[in-house]
Amino acid sequence: MTIAVTEPRVEDKLYQNRYLVDAGRPHIKVRPHVTPSANLLALTRVCPAKCYEENDKGQVEITADGCMECGTCRVLCEASGEIEWNYPRGGFGVLFKFG
Amino acid sequence: MIEEKFDAIVIGAGMSGNAAAYTMASRGMKVLQLERGEYPGSKNVQGAIMYADMLEKIIPDFRDDAPLERHLVEQRFWMMDDTSHTGMHYRSDDFNEAKPNRYTIIRAQFDKWFSRKVRAAGATVLCETTVTELAHDTSGKVIGVRTDRTGGVIFADVVVLAEGVNGLLGTRAELREMPKPETVALAVKEMHFLPEEVIDQRFGLKGDEGCVIEAAGTISRGMTGLAFLYTNKESISLGIGCLVSDFAAKMESPYVLLDMFKNHPSVRPLIKGSEVKEYAAHLIPEGGYKAIPQLFGDGWVVVGDAAQLNNAVHREGSNLAMTSGRIAGEAIFQVKSRRDPMTRENLALYKTMLDNSFIVKDLKKYKDMPALLHTNSQHFFKTYPQLMSQAAQNFMRVDGTPKIDKEKATTAAFIRARSRWGLVSDAVRLAFAWR
Ligand SMILES: Cc1cc2nc3c(=O)[nH]c(=O)nc-3n(C[C@H](O)[C@H](O)[C@H](O)COP(=O)(O)OP(=O)(O)OC[C@H]3O[C@@H](n4cnc5c(N)ncnc54)[C@H](O)[C@@H]3O)c2cc1C
Ligand code: SF4
Repeated sequence: MTIAVTEPRVEDKLYQNRYLVDAGRPHIKVRPHVTPSANLLALTRVCPAKCYEENDKGQVEITADGCMECGTCRVLCEASGEIEWNYPRGGFGVLFKFG
Repeated sequence: MIEEKFDAIVIGAGMSGNAAAYTMASRGMKVLQLERGEYPGSKNVQGAIMYADMLEKIIPDFRDDAPLERHLVEQRFWMMDDTSHTGMHYRSDDFNEAKPNRYTIIRAQFDKWFSRKVRAAGATVLCETTVTELAHDTSGKVIGVRTDRTGGVIFADVVVLAEGVNGLLGTRAELREMPKPETVALAVKEMHFLPEEVIDQRFGLKGDEGCVIEAAGTISRGMTGLAFLYTNKESISLGIGCLVSDFAAKMESPYVLLDMFKNHPSVRPLIKGSEVKEYAAHLIPEGGYKAIPQLFGDGWVVVGDAAQLNNAVHREGSNLAMTSGRIAGEAIFQVKSRRDPMTRENLALYKTMLDNSFIVKDLKKYKDMPALLHTNSQHFFKTYPQLMSQAAQNFMRVDGTPKIDKEKATTAAFIRARSRWGLVSDAVRLAFAWR
């Protein structure tokens, strides 16, 4: 037997958090590609904020507003050049109340 | 632009950065500390158990005003399968001592308190400032930093990189490698609020007593991972983490694992009725001794999580961060007191002092553990927990089966699942890695 959980809505979880979004200056960018690598595709499941999504052409896109700056995508995809990762400008991004 | 030159610049106001800045500033050094968050702690995540001894060595009277949640009187280790847990509990009234040894804390609050101490010791602390680059002279020596706030270089004799596990600066300057997917875990965590009395009742606690649970088993779905549940005064911190390489290979979602843990029949009653106020994610260094990078160079040292100084077996990180920050601060102060330059040769003192501390000794002791658990994750995190649960259930159910047959059935189940040779070799390798 496994524990039954319906796929949780990450938006509901992120809704609890505080952010100061640096509008128009995303701190992570995905390089345009035809087919994503296995790691890039995995990010659609592995990113804890579900920032990565596969579009209907099978390419992976990012919306970094809910990003918690954990660095997982950097560890998986920066070396291959598929993504560009920087910290948000000072003061912007996630603001943990408790951590 | 900041025209002054500093004795030291500390990048980051987490555990290691605060320890380093405090140590140097309280010895009269001119210290600048830069933190990208709005306030210290706003980017930081921890379980969080804080070990008193290591903080006492920096701020002896911290108990007077530090934001401490509960002191721990009970620790539970759970091996979980999908419906049960087999466990070991240790509770002792001896932990109710005048100066308790372990506390739960809430990092955002703790880091703000620590930062106030750093400022009081005389350091200049600038938040909302992301360091964008290390500045070098023509010989390659680090001579300062550039930030996203000031135009030019801010100069210092030495730069302490306390930038955490995902530190961009040291890796981009090629002072160390970027963490690999198999040497870092991704952990997700939630804060569940409940009235203090409810927490006291559910865990049998009184006053400031606290209880923590560490759990492993099928909850990580065969990946190398651990879950935790810690009591704070009016909240419960709980979370789960697994190696990034495992997450990627299995295409698992951390929030699904987290919700499975929360819905486990052993966990659900403990958090029933709680209000969730935050969801956080962070990496944890898991590479151990073999992943420790070069720790010093001309004009720089690296401390804490950025240097992979984390004991994943014992779930210790903040204490290694604080201690490495303190030791770096002391080493730098010694070099400065001798009026020697902050060269690679002179800063090697930091490594020598660190090698003689519990940090490197502990990490060395478990040097083979990360690889062992990683290559055998299916067995250690899935097969064995299931077998343990079956064995316990077989032992406890009274159903008329002779005890001797029950024992045989248990042994047979272990051998079927893992083969006699597999069991022996797992046991031997685990014993050696633990030794
Ligand atoms: C879920 C979880 C549970 C844990 N539980 C425990 C536990 O119970 N007990 C324990 O001892 N340890 C635990 N740890 C480990 C512990 O949290 C870390 O070891 C510790 O926080 C490391 O401290 P640090 O100072 O090295 O890094 P951090 O605390 O990460 O601090 C790094 C700081 O640098 C800043 N920074 C980074 N780059 C820049 C830049 N370019 N410019 C300006 N500022 C920058 C960041 O904003 C941050 O404030 C846990 C970790 C996690 C993720
Ligand atoms: S840093 Fe973490 S939260 Fe942000 S996009 Fe990458 S994986 Fe997702």
